[in-house]
Amino acid sequence: MTAPLVEISHLRVEFGTGDETIVGVDDVSFSIAAGETVCVVGESGSGKSVTSLSLMRLVEFGGGRIASGAIRFGSVDIARAEPEFMRKLRGAEIGMIFQEPMTSLNPVFTIERQLTDGLVEHLGLSAKTARARALELLQSVRIPEPERRLGQYPHELSGGMRQRVVIAMAMACKPRLLIADEPTTALDVTIQAEILALIDRLKRETGMGVLFITHDMAVVAQMADRVVVMHRGKIVEEGPVGAIFAAPREAYTRQLLAAVPRLGDMRGKPGPEPMRGLSADPRAVRSAVKGKGEALLEVKNLTTRFPVKGGVFRRTIANVHAVEDVSLSIAVGETLALVGESGCGKSTTGRSILRLNQTHSGYVQLDGWELLKLPPAELRRARREMQMVFQDPFASLNPYRRLRDQVAEPLENFGLGARSEIDERVATLFDRVELPRAFLKRFPHELSGGQRQRVAIARAIATNPRLVVADESVSALDVSVQAQVLNLLMDLQAERGLSYLFISHDMAVVERISHKVAVMYLGRIVEMGSRAAIFEDPRHAYTKALLAAVPVADPAQRRLHEAPNARALASPIFPLDYRPAPSTYEEVSPGHFVLTPEAGALWAG
Amino acid sequence: MKRYLSTKALIGFSLVTIIVLVAVLAPLFIDPDAATRMQMTARLKAPSAQHWLGTDQLGRDLLFRVLLGARTSLSIAVSAVLISLALGLPLGLVSGFYRGAVDNVLMRLVDTLLSFPVLLLALTISAMLGPSVPNAIIAIGVAFTPFLARIVRGEALRVVQMPYVEAARAAGATDRRLIVLHVLPNILPPIIVQATISLAFAILAEAGLSFLGLGTQPPQSSWGLMIQASRDYLDRAPWTALVPGAAVALTVLGLNMSGDVLRDIFDPRSK
Repeated sequence: MTAPLVEISHLRVEFGTGDETIVGVDDVSFSIAAGETVCVVGESGSGKSVTSLSLMRLVEFGGGRIASGAIRFGSVDIARAEPEFMRKLRGAEIGMIFQEPMTSLNPVFTIERQLTDGLVEHLGLSAKTARARALELLQSVRIPEPERRLGQYPHELSGGMRQRVVIAMAMACKPRLLIADEPTTALDVTIQAEILALIDRLKRETGMGVLFITHDMAVVAQMADRVVVMHRGKIVEEGPVGAIFAAPREAYTRQLLAAVPRLGDMRGKPGPEPMRGLSADPRAVRSAVKGKGEALLEVKNLTTRFPVKGGVFRRTIANVHAVEDVSLSIAVGETLALVGESGCGKSTTGRSILRLNQTHSGYVQLDGWELLKLPPAELRRARREMQMVFQDPFASLNPYRRLRDQVAEPLENFGLGARSEIDERVATLFDRVELPRAFLKRFPHELSGGQRQRVAIARAIATNPRLVVADESVSALDVSVQAQVLNLLMDLQAERGLSYLFISHDMAVVERISHKVAVMYLGRIVEMGSRAAIFEDPRHAYTKALLAAVPVADPAQRRLHEAPNARALASPIFPLDYRPAPSTYEEVSPGHFVLTPEAGALWAG
Repeated sequence: MKRYLSTKALIGFSLVTIIVLVAVLAPLFIDPDAATRMQMTARLKAPSAQHWLGTDQLGRDLLFRVLLGARTSLSIAVSAVLISLALGLPLGLVSGFYRGAVDNVLMRLVDTLLSFPVLLLALTISAMLGPSVPNAIIAIGVAFTPFLARIVRGEALRVVQMPYVEAARAAGATDRRLIVLHVLPNILPPIIVQATISLAFAILAEAGLSFLGLGTQPPQSSWGLMIQASRDYLDRAPWTALVPGAAVALTVLGLNMSGDVLRDIFDPRSK
């Protein structure tokens, strides 16, 4: 075996000065060979990003300091290199891709300017040769119409294309090492699949080493040659990807793997099942939840459009057809999952049903209330029956109010009891969502993400609603926490006969917890049916593409294949006089509906 | 509580306490004549043992004038800012919370007011109401309202979009409850900062009105009036401007620091 490209030994990074020193990572040692992808995986706070930032010596800009250890890159020790030397190394020898393609490109420069900057700076190319090389780079990341892209600004590109530009920038000077820090976390699953395949191909073509940081075990299974598992700033386990997945040695790795839902795990099972046990907790395995049949929520022809304003007089010049002729129903005690990629209208559908935004037309009936027709006072009363759990537990709680007051909010709004009664009920709710009563007096910032989401759930179930809309409610959580919160939701459903509209982009989670699934694309439901029908017998081209793009948490099932060209973004914006065709469905088997091609919203593969 | 006793808190609160004490106590202990007594033989004298901070163009003792002027200046500034808060907060909150037509109408009104220079606006209102200290307070308060309303509205627009406001709405909260319990506390930090800055400008605005004979009536002293009067003697007797100027500056410094500390105290995240 040749000498490794990078060798990190006993790295220790500290944050803060004076009496309060926080250790970011401690005693971290691993190496990356040329042509090898090493995945560093861990939950938030595990120190995986600190490790990658140390490699670039960018950790100092975040207030950190390499306290001890060495990072050998060729003949130099990065941990002790001069700043000026590091500046030359960054971008030239080591390329980096960040998580957020929206913010890692400078909005005021064209793509050409951003791409050629590094070439002129590091390689001393002339403007003309730099431009030619930039074009070549865009072609190598397979961006359609590369000449036109050079003159465009970042906001004119879709998220997937922007990430391709970021990758092209990182590849500009042919680095020997590429660091990718959660490069696909902010992207949709079909785009994620393409970006992963792209990074893998570039690695094979150039023979560079790749350090890939992620929290997603499924992505690890697809990408890694070797895996480094981190937890609380330390390395838990390291080994070849096959060994880590097949026979993890450490308990923490086993827990992490157990918490990951695997697409296809639920094949042939009748109803939702709780996430596999994370510990010896006997309650972690419960009987499957069964739907009951009678309809609680009935939605017919729901349409929501948002005006696009423009011109001098700010008149409406077009409409965003966010939700277009959507019909669905949810039975008592049942979970309907609404899946699709960002911008497909799934969140707007949920919010329209709860009347949190204006709808254009349609009919929504919840347990006898005709929601879209209710006057404000009655709508407020109807809200007792329907609640929502939001995506970001950091934003959905008011930072200035104590947790007791936040959970008491709906009870006070509906005048459900005197203060002492409400106190008692809130305390019981805290018990129910397994939060200590000591938290009652705390403020949101004192809690972790998972704990906050439990507070949000307690608030949602406080009034004993019949319907809970969960909008990406576990997406922002670490995988082990996500499993616990999902189990709590399923528990509550079994206990109270709750119905869920579960909005998610995560197919593996959806497969685990739902009775019925509706797939949305460009504002319409393109396919709807029982979970088994959608996952085992997908009919619509988009459903198939979506399922094919989901990374599977199993290194034996790799499916990195690259589309010949990045897909252009379909737009839901239509002129004012546009009259969309109604959504018509073909019933391919009892209860399994597929959108007919006449209704539009065709997936262009 | 210990960490609030930072240097900033100590300086800020001490300054404010001292200035308020001076404003309240000075008239009780100092003969009011001391500020108006003219000495034609001692005009524009530099600070000396006899006149610690020097004298003005009419030979009046600047130390006494600045001490006795504190009450006038502070009471006018504080009342005016309170008026602008009382008007601007509801205006901005309603505008930002309801958006749409309500917002359009209210904000065009505010924009109209904003298009006039503050002093001109205050002058017009003052002139309509007649020259007196209470009228000057009303005039300044109203003239400052559009600035505050704009800031409140901008912040309200931002906070209304936060998921926690939507969550409270979904939990059946009434509009009033949403505004008072969920929006207002979350927009306070920038409002506190704006209000403390407004105090300084209010002191100066009062000076402008007084200079034109619409605010404090001579020979009564106020800081603004003193600064205004020093205008012609800057080259010969700079202390006539520096003394009241320093008083205004120290007040604003104290208020700003206290405002920052207050904001941190009210923010549960800083605990």
